[in-house]
Amino acid sequence: MSTELLEPIADQAAQLDIDRTAGNFSYPEQHKFDAGTGLSHATIDYISDVKNEPDWIREFRHKALDVFFSKPMPTHWASKDLENIIFQKIRYYLANGQKPKRSWDEVTDAEKRTFERLGIPEQERKFLAGVEAQFDSEAVYSNMKKALGDEGVIFVGSTEGLKEHPEIFRKWFGKVIPTGDNKFSALNAAVFSGGSFIYVPKGVKVKHPLQAYFRINAENFGQFERTLIIADEGSEVMYMEGCTAPKFETATLHSAVVELVAMKGAKLQYITVQNWSANVFNLVTKRAIAHEEAEVKWIDCNIGSRLTMKYPGVVLKGRKARGEVISIALAGDGQHQDTGAKMIHAADETTSNIVSKSISLGKGRSTYRGLVHIPKHLKGCKNNTECDALLINSTSRTDTYPAITVRGTGNSSQHEASVSQISAEQIFYMQQRGLTKAQAMSLSVNGFVNDLVRQFPMEYSVELKRLIDLEMEGSVG
Amino acid sequence: MNATVELPAPASISLPDICPVSEAGPDFAEHPEYFRARQQAAWEKFTQLPMPVRTDENWRFSDVKAVDLSPFQRADAIADADRAALLARSIGLAETAGRMAFANDRLLTQEFHGDTLRAKGVLWMPLEQAIATQRELIEKHFMREGALLGSQKFGALHESQVRNGTFLYVPRGVEIALPIECFHWSQGEGAANFPHTIIIAEPMSKVTVVDYFQSVGEDPALVIGANDIIVGDGAKVTYVAVQQCNRQTLAFRLNNTVVSRDASALALVLNLGGRYVRSEAVSHLRGPGGRSDMLSITSTEGSQWVDQRTLQIHEAPNTASDLLYKNALNDQSRTIFTGLIRVDPDAHKTDAYQKVRNLLLTDEAEANSAPGLEIEADDVRCTHGATSGQVDTEELFYLLSRGIPLRAAQRLVVFGFLNEVTERLPNEPLQELLRDRLHARLD
Repeated sequence: MSTELLEPIADQAAQLDIDRTAGNFSYPEQHKFDAGTGLSHATIDYISDVKNEPDWIREFRHKALDVFFSKPMPTHWASKDLENIIFQKIRYYLANGQKPKRSWDEVTDAEKRTFERLGIPEQERKFLAGVEAQFDSEAVYSNMKKALGDEGVIFVGSTEGLKEHPEIFRKWFGKVIPTGDNKFSALNAAVFSGGSFIYVPKGVKVKHPLQAYFRINAENFGQFERTLIIADEGSEVMYMEGCTAPKFETATLHSAVVELVAMKGAKLQYITVQNWSANVFNLVTKRAIAHEEAEVKWIDCNIGSRLTMKYPGVVLKGRKARGEVISIALAGDGQHQDTGAKMIHAADETTSNIVSKSISLGKGRSTYRGLVHIPKHLKGCKNNTECDALLINSTSRTDTYPAITVRGTGNSSQHEASVSQISAEQIFYMQQRGLTKAQAMSLSVNGFVNDLVRQFPMEYSVELKRLIDLEMEGSVG
Repeated sequence: MNATVELPAPASISLPDICPVSEAGPDFAEHPEYFRARQQAAWEKFTQLPMPVRTDENWRFSDVKAVDLSPFQRADAIADADRAALLARSIGLAETAGRMAFANDRLLTQEFHGDTLRAKGVLWMPLEQAIATQRELIEKHFMREGALLGSQKFGALHESQVRNGTFLYVPRGVEIALPIECFHWSQGEGAANFPHTIIIAEPMSKVTVVDYFQSVGEDPALVIGANDIIVGDGAKVTYVAVQQCNRQTLAFRLNNTVVSRDASALALVLNLGGRYVRSEAVSHLRGPGGRSDMLSITSTEGSQWVDQRTLQIHEAPNTASDLLYKNALNDQSRTIFTGLIRVDPDAHKTDAYQKVRNLLLTDEAEANSAPGLEIEADDVRCTHGATSGQVDTEELFYLLSRGIPLRAAQRLVVFGFLNEVTERLPNEPLQELLRDRLHARLD
């Protein structure tokens, strides 16, 4: 199964003669703590023991596991590919066993080399407020600029956050996305490790984006990070998460839960660039609560993985709250990007905006799934949704499934979607100006997503353009 | 009655009051054996299929409890004394090529106006008669496509219970200028009716058919209507359904339209009545150059629910489809629209459009929309849109400033909103008829 999936990629690389091995490296695994494969209550106890967690977390995990076992797979609406996940073949916990490191010098050379290959230049680190680099499932390196610490910003791993700052994090942990939300949020609640817990105090405006790099580095190993970001009243923060993963022989499972809380007047941006290797099941639950006059923006870009299912949502809980989802998906051969957005309006004068653009290449399939809910007796709520899909090859596929419920006279929603292919005229124009067909196609696709890519921070938009170029070159001809 | 047809044991039937064909009393239509066997099979399918549940994607947003069939039984014939009154109420267009009327699925009248329907070899007859005399056409076309959008069980019930309706066969090249009308009346408490319309338009023919679904009184009733519209190469079919059942009626409309090469089908549904209305419309674009227009006007009030599901299947290249559904919602009524454009892998040069617009007139009204796309070909142009909003205050202000009272101004805006759909009909008198019915509702 997975070898089949990998073949087209290998072929592509051969045809193009591009160095596709750049992200395809791994170092000898030295896992002091390894829960083995399979999932049972014993696995939970093992994880809790290793992490030396308080009883309430252990209890929380056990309950979540029961919920996970009791929930059916959502295959009545989702891809049947989910049935290919064999839960008993997955490793649920794996870590280097050390506590998160405080200074760069303590990080091992092998790990440093990995980050080097991921392209985090030394200079950039100065500008980044803090780099939370996730290696396997435990944060191995965590460094925050002193200035941030002085302002009272907490930026730690999930375990540390729950153990050392329960008064802040316990209140919201599992509240935005309850354990029983779906089968995979329950799975995450049972076996989570890694991820970032962030608290930004009242009125603090974090100038530089907070950033975490994630990596998967063991075969058959699922990563279940848990992120909780709380932006207190009037604060501002931007969080960036980017992933690359080495290629493996058998499918791995990635099932994260990300909870955001924006208190009154806070501004929170969460940026993801997802580029897992093409054997990863990426089943992520992301949701935010926006209180009065708060703004939450998800910027979500999906390039990698075998199957991604991810629908970032915002619950607009306070008056004048605003939610936004900007989504780019690129589905290459054998990939299915099943992405979208959810906007739950729960207060007057709340507004939401969804812009989604997807590109399907080769036998790739991209799906937009959306939910907009404006329930009873609200006034002045507005939603705008735009989805555009571009199909590159005749074997490409795209689907759009929005669901919109509006009640009452004070609200409005509009949804528009289109599906098209690259304009032959554009390609002709560029070709007669001397560009090759591949270059022309690539330029055209970059133009299609350009207005969204521009909303990413600089380093991401550069990386995105490069990734699109790479993917495109493989599919034209 | 044929003794070889086995009766299902009453205990296994979840709806004991809706009897299988073979248990019918002497009053029931005597369909020939080939058709009765088919109805028996459909009945078995009906008893085996489960009722829809809330988690079925095709029943998303719906209230599955609203489609409880237990209060209904097959309708009895109406009293002879009522026939004349009903005929007098079966008024539609001023000029038609012919009129048929049914009450509780029994023929009231069939009238030829002029010679067009007789002279040109057109077959226009009650379905009952066609089942007996046109076996080949019935076997080829009757409910061939099946229900694809969630009502398989109700489709099977219709097939097993169908008694009458309209059968229309238009031979090659024949154009019938004037519309053909058909009235379907439902009478009696708990009456279940299963009207069927089948239109077979041979290549290069042209025809317009109007169906009216109405209730005699205010009794709760069930109407499961189905229609098959088969449009041959280069043919043109216009079909209009005017649904004005009473507020106690559970109404289904299951449509299948098949569009061949260079053919075009235009269907418009006006939904004014019903307690819970479920409409499933499927257009199969099967030949290159084919085009299907799917239109709907819905005005709801009180606690009405109108639940519409659509599917535009592009099976051949160079086909076009255009869907426009408009809903104006009053009081605590609800509408549901879920639509899908599906483009098969080889259906290149598809041009598909889908638009649903909801106008919410009260705070209690709720509009659910789920327009969908599934595209497997790359050289296509497919777009869809869904909007939900309220009456534009600027438009209202303009009318008020011209001295028009508020209520009248609101009616005007709503009428203008819905009338945009009627304007898509290529037939002026038909437009006029729909506008009259709309005015009657809104005033």
